[in-house]
Amino acid sequence: MNNIDLKKARAVTGAEAVANAMRQIEPHVVAAYPITPQTPIVEYFAKFVSDGVVRTEMIPVESEHSAMSAVVGAAATGARAMTATSANGLALMHEVVYIAASSRLPIVMPVVNRALSGPINIHCDHSDAMAERDSGWVQFYAESNQEAYDLTILSLKLAEDESVRLPVMVSLDGFILSHGVEPVEFLPDEVVKEFIGEPKMIYPLLDTEHPVTYGPLDLYDYYFEHKRQQVEAMENAKKVFPKVAEEFYKVSGRKYDFVEPYKLDDAEYVMVALGSTNSTIKYVVDWMREEGFKVGALKVWMFRPFPKAQIQKYLNGRKGVVVLDRSASFGAEAPLYEAVKSALYNVAIRPQMGSYVYGLGGRDILPEHIRKAFEDALSGNLIADEQRYLGLRE
Amino acid sequence: MPVNLFGLAKTFENRAEDIGLVQGHRLCPGCAAPIVVKFSLMVARKLGYEPVVGLATGCLEVSTTIYPYTAWTVPYIHNAFENSAATMSGVETAARALKKFGVLPKDKKYAFFVFAGDGGTYDIGLQSLSGMIERGHKVIYILYDNEGYMNTGNQRSGSTPTGSNTTTAPVGKVIPGKVQLKKNIVEIVAGHEYVYAATVSISDPNDFFSKIEKSLNFDGPSFIAAFSPCVRFWRIPDGAANSISKLAVETKYWPLYEVENGVYRVTRKPRQFKPLIEFLKPQGRFKPLLSRPDADEIVQRLQEYVDRRWERLLTLEEATKGKPIR
Amino acid sequence: MLKSWKEIPIGGVVDEPGKSREYKTGTWRVLRPVLHLDKCVHCMFCWLYCPDMAIVIDSSGQKPKMIGFNYNYCKGCGLCADVCPTNAIEMRPETEFAEE
Ligand SMILES: Cc1ncc(C[n+]2csc(CCOP(=O)(O)OP(=O)(O)O)c2C)c(N)n1
Ligand code: SF4
Ligand code: SF4
Ligand code: SF4
Ligand SMILES: [Mg+2]
Repeated sequence: MNNIDLKKARAVTGAEAVANAMRQIEPHVVAAYPITPQTPIVEYFAKFVSDGVVRTEMIPVESEHSAMSAVVGAAATGARAMTATSANGLALMHEVVYIAASSRLPIVMPVVNRALSGPINIHCDHSDAMAERDSGWVQFYAESNQEAYDLTILSLKLAEDESVRLPVMVSLDGFILSHGVEPVEFLPDEVVKEFIGEPKMIYPLLDTEHPVTYGPLDLYDYYFEHKRQQVEAMENAKKVFPKVAEEFYKVSGRKYDFVEPYKLDDAEYVMVALGSTNSTIKYVVDWMREEGFKVGALKVWMFRPFPKAQIQKYLNGRKGVVVLDRSASFGAEAPLYEAVKSALYNVAIRPQMGSYVYGLGGRDILPEHIRKAFEDALSGNLIADEQRYLGLRE
Repeated sequence: MPVNLFGLAKTFENRAEDIGLVQGHRLCPGCAAPIVVKFSLMVARKLGYEPVVGLATGCLEVSTTIYPYTAWTVPYIHNAFENSAATMSGVETAARALKKFGVLPKDKKYAFFVFAGDGGTYDIGLQSLSGMIERGHKVIYILYDNEGYMNTGNQRSGSTPTGSNTTTAPVGKVIPGKVQLKKNIVEIVAGHEYVYAATVSISDPNDFFSKIEKSLNFDGPSFIAAFSPCVRFWRIPDGAANSISKLAVETKYWPLYEVENGVYRVTRKPRQFKPLIEFLKPQGRFKPLLSRPDADEIVQRLQEYVDRRWERLLTLEEATKGKPIR
Repeated sequence: MLKSWKEIPIGGVVDEPGKSREYKTGTWRVLRPVLHLDKCVHCMFCWLYCPDMAIVIDSSGQKPKMIGFNYNYCKGCGLCADVCPTNAIEMRPETEFAEE
């Protein structure tokens, strides 16, 4: 995690941090519908609009399905358009989430992760964003409020890159980040404006001199070709992201990458995870290192496109790799584990691997749980085909 | 000056590209949907607007935009089935925002249209439509009402009339086809208070044109319900779209009226009406119903229904005269 | 010739307005409208209603004049004949014109 200069930072919730990133981006259009725990983002932003702090036109839609639909319409005009949501809201959007990516519209959407119903639950897990992992959106997961803020700004530039033109989800853990207060260093407004620049409009719908048709009936003659283009755009996102991260580093002093290694140099046992749990993992790594265990962590910032090469680079030759998932994939391996395991299929020296599902529906993950998983690895007790659970009553 | 036929012919002559929808689309021969589009866009163009259209999934959408082809020469967006109103809410809002930010010239005169079928309007898209109207987006939502899910092969919708034969409510040995009444979509829309809502029929072009003109001038959302015969599944001759529309109006099946800010106005009051059976009989979709032993009784009930609805309409006109909601 | 994925616009966008004209719907026609000019009063009803914009007119004079049909696109629906107030349009089987 990047160091924060506490003198320059303000203590804010993740929701406030993200809302401020949106204020600085000042999209032309925001369409959103409230859902816990995303609600404060919309509320902060609505206040910016009614106080005239931003010129953004806000559409208080009657559902998330309409939020994404309106954002697609707005983005097709070349306007910058954003929304934010959680869980059931994201699930309701699903049909249009897929259309947004297929239409190659550079929409940025903070997703405040919350467990999908049912039964209904308002707390954090990643089942909402994971259900959209094959929708064609770039996906980032933030560990902290600072990261949620930074990634929202950085994503816009990545999304709008001419070789990418894909929508981006920035995941931040519900309540843990959205409602948790942390110090956040904000960039000056002009710096953000300068960093994102003016939007590059490609096929703007409102250009009546060059009328275009969006959303045709695309059958067996060309649908496949359009999907191939999306595959390529994801590859391009991998190429462009380091450049965007470098530019962001220049203006902020904060570094972003596909993944973030933590005490990996000599680590024999590595834990891989998404989002805020990485802070707890780092704490446990420090604790166990004090006792002499060679453990480390690998945080995955970008989950889609999946940074296979970086995963291979950091995990090849380790003794054990433990993957933590905050969502299950019923009838198959948990999403992050499946991706990591598959990436390690063709490394020179495959580590032992273990899959741990934790934190569903907001269940607390404690340092002891993480330590337990590390200890399984240390004792050679990892079984690649077995899914284990942390914090579950057996 | 009101839009008239010769004026339109002089303006557009053989240049369909100036209208917005051109040749080569693959709607069935004689389908009324492109006529609805043509009437609407010609008026907008003639009055100096730049139309931008949004479509809901359905016959009109699939048949006009088979990739890599498009029959549209105006900006066009199709998103999904149920969200054309929300999509155009986004487009309309973006236009306002882009003007505010100085990206688009302030005086650019766009006319935002939705064209959606009855399935995309009465049923799956009703929420999206309601939201668009309630929020006051300046969009003209045109329903082309062919009274069924035609693109998917004639399934029942909330707009399908009682007794019509569809694949999901077929006339059977026990059940006489669709037993429910057609929803009154204009009333639903008019209940949004600040809206201009009207019915139109291609059989009355001048009434159609003047209602499009009113919509363009109305400072808020408009909703136009256009009667749109489906020659294919109504089982009528290919050339019958206009004549059956005429009968719909003349039998009180499709009254021509408008509701502006709560004020009702019946725009056409035929001196004499024809019996409803004259509208039902030429259409193959009612044939299974009409060959049932209880046909007369059912038709009689439907006749009473359209009579009562007409009386109600006149009463509403009387009651709301000079009493706009705002 | 169908194009490769590298040769087409992204996002399924069609950037050639009115490209549908490359597809000639006239091949669908079973009945052909034929104009009897002597009966035509140039009321423009056929022009107004044709769902396929296949009525050809001349608007260079004071009043627009009906000239004929664009058989590349006319689907032969017969709506023009139906709306014609003077029966100036006759629908004839396409087979009669097979030689052309
Ligand atoms: C969410 C969703 N459900 C179902 C469909 C399948 N579908 C496509 S068009 C259609 C019917 C369209 O009916 P209508 O809106 O009346 O238009 P029409 O084809 O009759 O002109 C249906 C059921 C779909 N595309 N999307
Ligand atoms: S099925 Fe009906 S509505 Fe659809 S194109 Fe054919 S005639 Fe028109
Ligand atoms: S409708 Fe008949 S009379 Fe009128 S212009 Fe056409 S052919 Fe002539
Ligand atoms: S037959 Fe139909 S398509 Fe052909 S010109 Fe007449 S109205 Fe148009
Ligand atoms: Mg329909």
